[in-house]
Amino acid sequence: MLRFLTAVIRRDILLAARRRGDWLTAQFFFVMVTSLFPLGIGPEPAMLRTIGPGVVWVAALLACLLSLGRLYADDHRDGSLEQLLLAPYSNALLALGKAIAHWIINGIPLLLIAPVLGIQFGLPADALAVLVLSLAIGTPVLSLLGGIGAALTLGLRGGGVLITLLILPLYVPVLIFGAGAVDGTLAGTGAEAHLSLLGAVLVMAVLVAPWISALALRVSVE
Amino acid sequence: MIWDSWDAFWAMGGYALYVWGSFGATLVCIAGEAWLVRRQRRQVLSRLRRLQRFDSQ
Amino acid sequence: MNLYRYASPATFYPLAGRLVPWFALLAAAFTAAGLYISFFVAPTDFQQGEGYRIIFIHVPAAWMSMFIYIVMAFWSAIGLAWNTRLSFVMARALAPTGAMFTFLALWTGALWGKPMWGAWWVWDARLTSELILLFLYVGYMALQAAIDDPRRADRAGALLNLVGVINVPIIYFSVKWWNTLHQGASVSLTRAPSMAQTMLWGMLVMAIAAWMYTIAVALARARTLILERERQTEWARAVIKEEA
Repeated sequence: MLRFLTAVIRRDILLAARRRGDWLTAQFFFVMVTSLFPLGIGPEPAMLRTIGPGVVWVAALLACLLSLGRLYADDHRDGSLEQLLLAPYSNALLALGKAIAHWIINGIPLLLIAPVLGIQFGLPADALAVLVLSLAIGTPVLSLLGGIGAALTLGLRGGGVLITLLILPLYVPVLIFGAGAVDGTLAGTGAEAHLSLLGAVLVMAVLVAPWISALALRVSVE
Repeated sequence: MIWDSWDAFWAMGGYALYVWGSFGATLVCIAGEAWLVRRQRRQVLSRLRRLQRFDSQ
Repeated sequence: MNLYRYASPATFYPLAGRLVPWFALLAAAFTAAGLYISFFVAPTDFQQGEGYRIIFIHVPAAWMSMFIYIVMAFWSAIGLAWNTRLSFVMARALAPTGAMFTFLALWTGALWGKPMWGAWWVWDARLTSELILLFLYVGYMALQAAIDDPRRADRAGALLNLVGVINVPIIYFSVKWWNTLHQGASVSLTRAPSMAQTMLWGMLVMAIAAWMYTIAVALARARTLILERERQTEWARAVIKEEA
């Protein structure tokens, strides 16, 4: 079972490594979107520090959605998805592996870039640490929930825009707790409550999302 | 009786725009939805009839 | 009498056809009674003057918007569990009406907010959750519209609906939490303690009217959906010929 899981993850990482251009697009999108906000709003440091956590988090959501469209689409097109679904393991395991791979490929780079973007917005060191921590807990939720959307919209025309409509409302709690944790640090009220709620959301997502993704995959492929 | 006259009723104590804006929008939405449902039913029926005629030929 | 008999489209179709006018009639009667209470029985509010009469639309619309989403999830769950085609049709037929009530709750909330708070829109926890609920309805309908195969559309929509209904309480809690931290508007549209008995009655009667209307419209919409899907069967062919 564990070998199947690691095989799914390793396969996706290898495929992503071969197509580095696609992979870099989402990361540059993240950097560019956040850099546009100071240009649109103005360079006052106090204002930037207030909006910084929210902007970085919203950009992370959008960057995540950008790469979700391809989560199952490539495997669906070349037929390997059907083979994977026929494997003698639970389809939820496949969905979990796909989500973990998506997080390793797209989520971890966001964690590494985020502190640099935080500095652009004048966030102090402790807020930067909380920003990275909140993204570390929150981005796996984005990958897991996004997997449901990717499975539901598999092979549909306009799937990329559709997935945004389906999934963004579900991301609201993650955005609120994630950005709120950094806000709490800035305001001096602490981030523990936000981070533990975010952790609870992560636990729920890990328990529920792979099953629903698996059901959605079966609906879309049959 | 709350209202002294019909004018007072329509004026809604100065809140006419808000109160009638709410009730009016509701009326428009409900009438519009009922109309849309009927129109869709007619369209579907005529399409299915055409399909049937096409089949029987 | 066997209730399961009505789960078959062939028996449900004529039954729904007979029920629609009755529910429409009930909706009209309750609306008349509700409007009478709203405008002629309920006294003027000493704080908000006549402007508060918007709650007779706003609160029932907000109730219905949430209630319909839960009823849809109920039909979706039944459909997924027992593979009954009719349940999916009911969920699908309810969605546009639910979206309409969500829109009305937002619209009347804005019209109420302008004179009371001085702003058309306030990021109040209830209004914000209602807005996200509208997004959930829109997502459901967009997914249904994008899938041509009805079998897949039914199941995919039902799954999304269930994920949404799990999320609604989490979203509401998170928005409320966010709202209290940011010290937003603490005034709420439904001030339970000072609400007079007649106001509560007015809202209840209007909510029942909205409920009857929803049943009538959903049944009418379900009939069309059923006819479209069953067009190859014997009974549907007879119905199509008859209604010419």
